[in-house]
Amino acid sequence: MVNINEVIETNKMVEEQTLDVRTITIGISLLECIDSDLNKVNENVYNRITTVAKDLDKVAMEIERDYGIPIVNRRISVTPIALVGGAACKKPEDFVTLAHTLDKAAAAVGANLIGGYSALVSKGMTTADEMLIRSIPQALCETERVCSSVNLASTKTGINMDAVRLMGDILLQVADRSKDRDSVDCMKLVVFCNAPDDNPFMAGAFHGVTEADAIINVGVSGPGVVKRALEQVRGESFEVLCETIKKTAFKVTRVGQLVAQEASKRLGIPFGIIDLSLAPTPAVGDSVADILCEIGLEYAGAPGTTAALAMLNDQVKKGGVMASSYVGGLSGAFIPVSEDQGMINSVEAGAITLEKLEAMTCVCSVGLDMIAIPGDTPATTISGMIADEMALGMVNQKTTAARLIPVIGKGVGDTVEFGGLFGYAPIMPVNKFSCADFINRQGRIPAPIHSFKN
Amino acid sequence: MENKVIITVVGKDTVGIIARICTYLADNGVNVLDISQTIVQGFFNMMMIVDITKASRSFGDIQKDLETLGEEIGVQVKAQKEEIFQKMHRL
Repeated sequence: MVNINEVIETNKMVEEQTLDVRTITIGISLLECIDSDLNKVNENVYNRITTVAKDLDKVAMEIERDYGIPIVNRRISVTPIALVGGAACKKPEDFVTLAHTLDKAAAAVGANLIGGYSALVSKGMTTADEMLIRSIPQALCETERVCSSVNLASTKTGINMDAVRLMGDILLQVADRSKDRDSVDCMKLVVFCNAPDDNPFMAGAFHGVTEADAIINVGVSGPGVVKRALEQVRGESFEVLCETIKKTAFKVTRVGQLVAQEASKRLGIPFGIIDLSLAPTPAVGDSVADILCEIGLEYAGAPGTTAALAMLNDQVKKGGVMASSYVGGLSGAFIPVSEDQGMINSVEAGAITLEKLEAMTCVCSVGLDMIAIPGDTPATTISGMIADEMALGMVNQKTTAARLIPVIGKGVGDTVEFGGLFGYAPIMPVNKFSCADFINRQGRIPAPIHSFKN
Repeated sequence: MENKVIITVVGKDTVGIIARICTYLADNGVNVLDISQTIVQGFFNMMMIVDITKASRSFGDIQKDLETLGEEIGVQVKAQKEEIFQKMHRL
């Protein structure tokens, strides 16, 4: 039987240490919606989403109530729209109609965000893929809840540099269309290397073609809980440190597992995976950077940061995989800048640079995330930053991503305000030297060799 | 099968907290299985494990009633299904 100290511990995690389930994401296959008639596809997509996810909000609220655990977001991920709309869409504007349909369907079922306005182009782009990519600026600008992602590279196929070049340009277009709102729409666009099919987190969630008709994926969080646990072991050895992180990750993940099983049962949709990510928010105490400081760094970004993050990430996984048999998605520590108050402090103190963040992405789950850069950064430089991040993922056989926000009209020294869960960000300086001749080459970077590993 | 719920009461200690809550539970067919209490940082903490299988009201209603009752007494009362604690603290 549970005892009172355990009950108090659990409730304190929620009440004081901002433990929550970050998202219940229903993945929905839209392959059955494909039709050569655009109106018909739109109708099919709307009906399919609003049927499968109709009880999402209600069930999430019931689970919150039953267990006293907040579930911050209800989300939907769908089959990459480039595949769904390919037969019907003859021009980029046709794809935009599908974005509107996704937006409406998400609103109808009370989903905060819907991901999957996506194309998978790690080796080459079909005509439909390219049209979808070219429609992204308009789609993101005209919708509220739609999130877009493009997989540009993979360990098996290399890096599609034509698509990398195109995305640099597209990102600036998205920034320009929302320039009166600090280029905020760029938050809804992410590019990947080795994108997972079952990621529940936005903006990169999509329902991969390897997935079933519908699936429940759950993303847990809990940087605050890890931070608080580590406060109890200051000055102790690495062994004690690792044990503490593992035990905490286990507890956090078990909550996710319970929520996922219950959601699956109550919605009648099979359980997919738990994503074990430490996902920060701007709330005080809900910060991955603060954990790094608690481990012993003055600021995130100080020498030793990469090693500390590597250890943290690994222990989170080790604790989490014991707690759930089906772990997937991104699973690790997120290191977004704007969504993490500790990370913002580091930037403001001059403790962390883009280059250090890039190094950190080699050992954690995502990549350059929510980083505001000057609005006059050339498209080729943005493509260069993306290419670097893709190369890290490709060679290290891991997921990496880039979610950069070139803020039109602002430069280093300015701050941008994204609001709510997305926080604010000081604009970070970008290396001024050109990579245009590199980016302007045509074709792709071949897949890396999978032997002779040194 | 038992349907266990954990009721927690946190607040300033005062006369009759347990009595008021137990009276409500008895009136609504909720069986108390275990009670324990402790003082954390000067606050009164009580936990009850109860079985609501034969309760005359739904879990959601009991939750709301207890919350209201807590406000009357001046303490925070929460009711949560037991699984969250089992899952987190037991292999």
